[in-house]
Amino acid sequence: MLDELNDLYQQVILDHSRSPRNFRPLASANRTAQGQNPLCGDNVTLYLEMAGDVIKDISFQGSGCAISKASASILTEALKGRTRAEAKALFARIHELVTTGETAGADLGKLAVFAGVHKFPARVKCAILPWHAAMAAVEGKDQPVSTE
Amino acid sequence: MTANPVSPQRPPAALESLRADFPVLDQTVNGRPLIYFDNAATTQKPLAVLAALDHYYRRDNANVHRGIHELSNRATAAYEAARARTAAFLNARSTEEIVFTRGTTEAINLVANTWGNAQLKAGDRILLTEMEHHSNIVPWQLLAQRTGAQLVYLPVTGDDGLLDLGRLDELLVPGVKLFAFTHVSNTLGTINPVAELCERARQLGIVTLVDAAQSAGHLPLDVQAIGCDFLALSGHKLCGPTGIGALYGRKERLEAMPPWQGGGDMIASVDFFESRWNTVPHKFEAGTPDIAGAIGLAAAMDYLDAVGRERIAQHDRELVAHAVEQLSRVNGLRLFGPRTGRAGVVSFLLNEVHAHDLVTVADQFGVALRGGHHCNQPLMKKLGVMSTARASFYFYNTRAEVDQFVAVLREIQKFFAQ
Repeated sequence: MLDELNDLYQQVILDHSRSPRNFRPLASANRTAQGQNPLCGDNVTLYLEMAGDVIKDISFQGSGCAISKASASILTEALKGRTRAEAKALFARIHELVTTGETAGADLGKLAVFAGVHKFPARVKCAILPWHAAMAAVEGKDQPVSTE
Repeated sequence: MTANPVSPQRPPAALESLRADFPVLDQTVNGRPLIYFDNAATTQKPLAVLAALDHYYRRDNANVHRGIHELSNRATAAYEAARARTAAFLNARSTEEIVFTRGTTEAINLVANTWGNAQLKAGDRILLTEMEHHSNIVPWQLLAQRTGAQLVYLPVTGDDGLLDLGRLDELLVPGVKLFAFTHVSNTLGTINPVAELCERARQLGIVTLVDAAQSAGHLPLDVQAIGCDFLALSGHKLCGPTGIGALYGRKERLEAMPPWQGGGDMIASVDFFESRWNTVPHKFEAGTPDIAGAIGLAAAMDYLDAVGRERIAQHDRELVAHAVEQLSRVNGLRLFGPRTGRAGVVSFLLNEVHAHDLVTVADQFGVALRGGHHCNQPLMKKLGVMSTARASFYFYNTRAEVDQFVAVLREIQKFFAQ
């Protein structure tokens, strides 16, 4: 029982939820997108500075649970410097990871800590919400995205 | 003979024995005995309710009101007996004052779409309170959009979760056409003085609607003593099945209201271009109703009255007082709602732990809580929080469960402090 909890709330996740990285508005942002979870009222805003096809800088703000906050924080580290295509490919793998617990391909690095989420179906939305918002920003969509 | 005083009511231990009537309670979740503290969302169902549903489907299943054959007669008799049972449960003047609905939400929507459409016009005011569930806000917002009426809110005082009754003189004034409020707050546990509020409204000729979703299974209810025009309840929050609830409406109000949904059963006669409506309450029950649900609801009401609704209320008071006392000893715990005189619902936050994280971990200890905005987003905004964790009790819950729950909260605190 506590093993599964420790899988879900790995130290990296607890650390990022307490001290989120890139947790600020971004003055140079040319793309923003909001994510909302209507079940809990949580929200996240992603700020992206796109230089052509590349995510030059990225930050986030918002309020949420440990999972969603850590996911947003680690996401900003993972997506900085990536191209649009790379970001979308990474999203697909994260989606697979949090829903099935595994994903084929290269080592995901820090993102691998979210594998434990799949054992908690109610929490998958928390982990994936910032990714939906990031993808909306990459695509240049203005409408808030929702987990529903 | 011993000199022990005899309690007029059976002691709480006798209520604990009722757990045997609820097979769902007897299981482990994540390796721990289940502690079901999500009763404000829905209650568990006793064997008597399961048996009533089973009997109906095994022996009596048929459509109601139009049949001539034996099974249809039985189904009709049982369905209408359930209406009489509901009228008695609420002390309504007659069975005609009980409309079966899918639940509290549909009952409120029915009033908004019939009484509201017929009675409200631009500039009229609808007075609500800041502690209302979304189901007692959104139907009125839609009505306001249709008619140009305005919504006004009676404030909540703060974390102690009381209605600011000092503001009532200023807000409950001519021009207000409807005052709709909850009996018991599903987040704060506040028990509102419904009879007093209805009396104040009645003096000004203002129509009242009481949301009894959280009170109908917990407190004795008497619509004549409360003096409301409408009252809405959900069966599944009082040991009944999901999908069935009731609207109580004063007969003269229901008779003056246009129908809502059209279809079979709600008509007296139908011609190609116009129809005449059936009498109340059938005018508001279009189509085949939830017959089994109504029968299950009546069985639940029988069950609750056999337990004793005053005993249930007493047990709620004792258990929540114990919970509040234990919780107030947990460092870093922010408790919402009145300290005394509250229903068996406690909302709280623990340090910086988000409610969803707390509820996830509690579930790993077998404790079923709820975390989120509890369909109270405006109230959450008022309290300055995004969400809370909530424990809500029923008569089958015990002091030992409360103690275990508080011990689990301390474990959660440790877990997130690591």
